[in-house]
Amino acid sequence: MRGNHTKLTWFGLGILCTMIIGGILISCSKKPRVAERGDVAEAAVATYVAPGDTDEYYMFYSGGHSGNVYVAGVPSMRHISTIPVFAPYPATGYGFDKDTKQMLGAYTWGDVHHPALSETKGDYDGRWLFVNDNANNRLARIDLRDFKTKQILGPIPNISGYHGGSFVTPNTEYVLAASRFSVPLPKGTYEPLENYATKYNGIVAGVPINPQTGEMSVGWQVLMPPFDFDLGDAGKGASEGWAFWTCYNAERATGKLEVTATQRDRDYVVALNWKAAEQAVKEGKYKTISGVNVIDPKQAPGVVYLIPAAKSPHGVDVSPDGKYIIASGKLQSITTVFNMEKILTAIQNKAFTGDEDGIPVINYDQVKDAEVNVGLGPLHTQFDDQGYAYTSLFVESAVAKWKLGSWEVVDKIPISYNIGHLSTAEGDTMHPSGKYLVALNKLSHGRHMNVGPSQPESSQLIGIGGEKMKLLYDAFTEPEPHYAQMIKTDKLKPIEVYPKEEMKNPNAVWDVKDTGVTRDGNNVLVKMTAARSSFEPNKLEVTQGEHVTIYLTNIEQTTDELHGFGLGEYNINVVVDPGEMKVIDFVADKTGVFPYYCTNFCSALHQEMQGYLLVKPK
Amino acid sequence: MSDFLEKETTFFELPLSLKSRILILVAVLILVPSFFFPLWNMSFYSNQYTDGLVMHIYSYQLEGGKTPNRDDLREINSLNHYIGMRPLLESDFSEFTWVPLVIGLLMILALRAMVIGKMSNLVDVFVLFTYFGAFSMWSFYHRLYMYGHNLDPTASIKVQPFTPPLFGSKQIANFMVNSFPGPASYALFAFALLLLVAILLSAKRSKEGTNEKAAT
Repeated sequence: MRGNHTKLTWFGLGILCTMIIGGILISCSKKPRVAERGDVAEAAVATYVAPGDTDEYYMFYSGGHSGNVYVAGVPSMRHISTIPVFAPYPATGYGFDKDTKQMLGAYTWGDVHHPALSETKGDYDGRWLFVNDNANNRLARIDLRDFKTKQILGPIPNISGYHGGSFVTPNTEYVLAASRFSVPLPKGTYEPLENYATKYNGIVAGVPINPQTGEMSVGWQVLMPPFDFDLGDAGKGASEGWAFWTCYNAERATGKLEVTATQRDRDYVVALNWKAAEQAVKEGKYKTISGVNVIDPKQAPGVVYLIPAAKSPHGVDVSPDGKYIIASGKLQSITTVFNMEKILTAIQNKAFTGDEDGIPVINYDQVKDAEVNVGLGPLHTQFDDQGYAYTSLFVESAVAKWKLGSWEVVDKIPISYNIGHLSTAEGDTMHPSGKYLVALNKLSHGRHMNVGPSQPESSQLIGIGGEKMKLLYDAFTEPEPHYAQMIKTDKLKPIEVYPKEEMKNPNAVWDVKDTGVTRDGNNVLVKMTAARSSFEPNKLEVTQGEHVTIYLTNIEQTTDELHGFGLGEYNINVVVDPGEMKVIDFVADKTGVFPYYCTNFCSALHQEMQGYLLVKPK
Repeated sequence: MSDFLEKETTFFELPLSLKSRILILVAVLILVPSFFFPLWNMSFYSNQYTDGLVMHIYSYQLEGGKTPNRDDLREINSLNHYIGMRPLLESDFSEFTWVPLVIGLLMILALRAMVIGKMSNLVDVFVLFTYFGAFSMWSFYHRLYMYGHNLDPTASIKVQPFTPPLFGSKQIANFMVNSFPGPASYALFAFALLLLVAILLSAKRSKEGTNEKAAT
């Protein structure tokens, strides 16, 4: 009997232990799949560019509030060059010589957003790259012949928060522009925030581009309700002649927009007929605000329409054939596909459900082709050469691949972490190239060597050549890649040396005997050459208070023979490329002796390439 | 009927065997760690949080995972605000004051039953404990339900009301949410089970004792 008790006790304890261990076992939490590591060897081969070899694609990505554009090679993802645009950049002497100082004006920073390569017939032509400044409402043109910023237009009147650019029309007739932060117009007007809904205005606009020179000028603008115009794309093919933007805050709310601007179920896609806008201007249907011809949609029907879209949309992207306009509502799990043909029919049949300040709102159900269930937080869509679309999913931190036409999501790949925009090779043209996709991520934590709290962003290269997307490479970028474009390497033919014969400026001198100093009143004019390994002249004597202008010509005609002109304690560093002339001007207000020296390593006697500025007291 | 009642009364009057008393002591000792370990653990995994955000619910506090690089509770609250969920604040939970008190009381009552050595005392503790356990589970479920259903209607992201899992794993938006009992809950469970075994042992012995008596 005693044995029975013992048995019972052990039996009880046995059950107890089993239950506890079992409990602990089933407590093993389920973890979702982590970002794929991919087949490492395969990925290594796919991204390896042997020493001396070059990449297949150039990638130009925006440097956000650094004010720069970065150039990388794909598939190696190597950062190759930085093109300064909206901020001084001593490494290339940008913002220190007279011309670039003038271009930058009083601004020392800008917020580079969406690079746009110039196009001919809807494909990249490799001539120019445009980038917009979200902060100070400027648009810049980089010439891809020498990868230099050639023009900065703006601040463009009436545009406020130039986020909705710089998308180009299929033949680079226009670069699109739009206001993200509506303000009372003309700028400089005071109006209490309480009157936001009625007295503030947004603007959408076309910035005309000179087809020969690329010169940008202020063109027509369209007065819009105070929505926040976000991203855009130009129509092409079936939608050529149209421009599209998304907008959030159709609520016309102020204050804590995170809440106040997310209350309606739908915001809008703006559809603008830019040929009709040109016509309206020709017919005089505009008013002048701050010297710009601004079309009021009430006075010029047929120019602009609104299409309801899933709320708080970000990207609106036009399919390669131009048939589909794809808008992604970032707070939902669907991306909406509109059919251009149906949009045109709806406009013709006046299938409108209402209006916003006189702008017709098109009936959603009549123009929608599909609501594609891509996943959480769709942001931006790009395309490949096989008829697939790729949509970035911010909330889900993934990319969804789906088929145009059947609207079927065929693949998904997790991203580390929080993808914003994405870029596929020539993926926003009429003939996408496929093969590669770069995820431009907002966070990189845990993916790189620790560099302290200021962490880089991450860009992940994904192979899209096969059925399944494959993660190939992690690269890290400076803030902040809002968008990037990839163009085939052979489409660009940049020069490496500025040919001497092209130099038309009479102040550029090519021979040491032509160098020298002349005086004109208080002005000291210096014609100076730089060549391995000396500046001529190597001594400058001026009197305190004199205005010094140095025309510095790099008389080298050899690749990569750059020279820098650093003037200590005068805050000057100018870099001249082979065959280039730059103008350095300053007032010699400090007396004493100041060395100037070559800052860009040039030769065995680089150290000896130096001179003195002697400033005599008045 | 009167027979039955009489029999039951006799049952409650039963003395506790030495073995039962030892089991009670063991049960009380097992409960001591419940003050130091979590009752429940929740974890949240997504592509962005591959290492998981974690939250530990103790009898007396709410604690998020914390590393020099992340404060999980703050992170969870900051993510939840997009869907309009109330922030999880320790001060909102009165449980953290009364749960440890009740556990302590039950321990004292168990020790009392051990010392007095009477079945009725032990049954009291067991019944009280079972009620406490059931009430706590209901209360926890109710909390989860309320957090997932009382969403701010003006939230940026409108989601269908939901109940986070009480036990198990559930995909909620981009998160895999896991919810499982912690060591303290196992201790509480073991406590109850040991008390039950103690009751059964003494009941069985007395039955055998009666049978033996009848046989002689």
